[in-house]
Amino acid sequence: MSRIVGIDLGTTNSLVAHVEGGIPRVIPDAEGRALLPSIVGWTPNGVVVGEAARRQLARNAARTVYSVKRLMGRGYEDVKDELARLPFPVTPQAEVVSIRIGDREVTPPEVSAHVLRALKQRAEAHLGEPVEQAVITVPAYFNDAQRQATKDAGRIAGLEVLRIVNEPTAASLAYGLQKMAEGVIAVYDLGGGTFDISILRVKDGVFEVLATNGNTHLGGDDLDQVMVDWLLAEIRTRHRADLSGDAEALQEIRMGAEAAKCRLSFDERTVLTIPFERFTYRRDITRTELEALVDPLVATTLGPCRQALADAGLEPEQVDQVVLVGGSTRMPLVRRRVEELFGRAPQSRLNPDEVVALGAAVQAQILAGGITDMLLLDVTPLSLGIETLGGIVSVLIPRNTTIPTLAKEYFTTSVDGQATVDLHVLQGERELAKDNRSLARFDLAGVDPMPAGMPKIEVTFLIDANGILQAQARELRSGKAASIEVKPTYGLTEAQVEQMVEDSFTHAEADVDARLLIEAQTEADTVINHVERALRQAGSIATAAERAAIEKALARLRVVRAGTSRDAIRECTIALNQATAPLADRMMEAAIKDAVTSKRADQLLENS
Amino acid sequence: MSDYFTVFGLPRKLAIDGEALRRRFYELSRQHHPDFHHGADADRQAETLAQSALVNRAYRALRDPLARVEYLIALEEGREVREGATDKPKAPRELLQEMLEVQEALEEAKAEGMGGEAAARLRDERARLEGRFEAEASAIVARSAEWDRLVDEGGDRQALLEWFKQRLATRAYLRTVLDDLSEALGEREEGHVSHRRH
Repeated sequence: MSRIVGIDLGTTNSLVAHVEGGIPRVIPDAEGRALLPSIVGWTPNGVVVGEAARRQLARNAARTVYSVKRLMGRGYEDVKDELARLPFPVTPQAEVVSIRIGDREVTPPEVSAHVLRALKQRAEAHLGEPVEQAVITVPAYFNDAQRQATKDAGRIAGLEVLRIVNEPTAASLAYGLQKMAEGVIAVYDLGGGTFDISILRVKDGVFEVLATNGNTHLGGDDLDQVMVDWLLAEIRTRHRADLSGDAEALQEIRMGAEAAKCRLSFDERTVLTIPFERFTYRRDITRTELEALVDPLVATTLGPCRQALADAGLEPEQVDQVVLVGGSTRMPLVRRRVEELFGRAPQSRLNPDEVVALGAAVQAQILAGGITDMLLLDVTPLSLGIETLGGIVSVLIPRNTTIPTLAKEYFTTSVDGQATVDLHVLQGERELAKDNRSLARFDLAGVDPMPAGMPKIEVTFLIDANGILQAQARELRSGKAASIEVKPTYGLTEAQVEQMVEDSFTHAEADVDARLLIEAQTEADTVINHVERALRQAGSIATAAERAAIEKALARLRVVRAGTSRDAIRECTIALNQATAPLADRMMEAAIKDAVTSKRADQLLENS
Repeated sequence: MSDYFTVFGLPRKLAIDGEALRRRFYELSRQHHPDFHHGADADRQAETLAQSALVNRAYRALRDPLARVEYLIALEEGREVREGATDKPKAPRELLQEMLEVQEALEEAKAEGMGGEAAARLRDERARLEGRFEAEASAIVARSAEWDRLVDEGGDRQALLEWFKQRLATRAYLRTVLDDLSEALGEREEGHVSHRRH
């Protein structure tokens, strides 16, 4: 059996990890970076993923897709409110939304497949062998459609997804390997786009999830958006400029806000500087100001925490340990709110960005048979039911039921000779079908003609260890298996996924070398762009000698950029960055610190 | 298909040591969980999946003293038990008079726009019914030992079975009334939905 890797397919960043010598490790890229930004960009040269795509977020906003996890398994009605904020065009289809890139429609699983493929290649390069099987994590509160979409993404990327694991549970496995004390553990996971709370009992190597709750549309992205709205309003009054319709400016504001938010987790105050074409916006921002802005959102995580505790039949003081997962838990405000609720200081001994991927690697090792003393017993986060007369939901499998689990239900016909029976399957906690999440419509066909009420069709609903529904039907009188056609309400059909897998072969992704070249070219374009703008905006503070050196380095990069030597492009890109460094330092002194080159801006981010 | 007591190797009795049950659940999970049969052929995998699902459902039904009684009744009557049924239970006769009074209090409160004294009375009414709801549970658990003794002595258990059924029905009915009251008061929590399943 080939090696199984663990993948954390995140809203903001993704990682791949494996177990080596009994220890889970994150697999870095060739530059030693662990995090792959979950961003995919379409350029004239081809598709770029990760850092290269991040660099073109502002410049190529309409063709650079980020946070696509929020669109996975979603319908238009679910996401229409946030579509206006996205700089890339999303086609409003009722079932599966898609993104228009040039003349192509790309679905969220296809976008995610690009991220997964990049991780697959990274792992293959590092391990020196093909990687074809993976465990992929999803938010615990993901519904069936969102899980299925994630599985589809894996398949399109050429990965056999052996298991979908819940992120907080994966995190607990990573902690468990550290011989964490036994008892009741609460995992609070606030990531880039999703929030989960899971309550587990850990005993004798068994990780038993007691209850889980969350919000699949709440995370760092939403905190950023509150800041963006606030900054837009201030820019409107201060500079009399309405930038709300300017995709490039919006991306600059979003990135500036995000970076400032991250810095404020460590500093009490920071300077926020956003250079636009016509003016540079600059302001001091304090942690207190940020906290006042985002506290209402952070507070909304506490309701699900209380609900999960209630479902587990526990009081907050019965929790022995609280573990923090996800980049957003670096915020002191989040730590305070969690501590207030549980009455004990939360801990984050393992890097909150990496712990989920590490846990996925542990689960991969369990499946491979390499770990036999640990067992994960997870639950289904949402109740599963069917629509009955009057649009009422009849619950078959209540939320927080340990999976795998199954329920049987019996159906009959209401008209003489009726040959098919339709079923509507839903997920959610509300009484009326219309208030719940429609999962699928089942057509039970091939019922032998009988008087009404005579057939007895047994349908078995099985939720497997991935939290994904499988259904089987049987007519009990004849013993015949009834055929069951599943029409997913918010998902791709089997045939569509098949087609995408095929497309991904025929549109043969550029091989690794080609991809690295594209990334180098894209990075070069970004640096050229930034330097040109810096010269226009702050050229006057450059000495003649500096200016000449920069112009020369710029000209050389332009020449090699047109060629196909990745090394030459990278060398010249670095040379140009070096040539601009003295100027950049002075511009920083002039307090426009993160505006010169993208490299500079990155270093600031990484150091913050 | 074996019944849940058999799955856990237990007699059909109501006294179950929770800690022992959990240990056995973990053991059975280690035996049957799909994670440990990953390399097996398709038939074997389907089998472990079904077995694992059975273990999980059995544990869920047996770990909670009330769910245990509910399952036992279904088993004794040869019915399949289904969790989360939404059919509204009918009002037991003994509760009729009380329910009429609650209904009256509800109408009054609605007439007053769910504010003031009538709403306060409704809240008192709800608190009282919460108390009864809990009392029903204690009453059922209290007579569980009696069941086990009848099993040991081979005595007639029919009357006790009927009594359990009645108490469970009363409790289920109280739950829906409590939910309706909370909803009318605009104080319904999602958490209450989960109570109905116990």
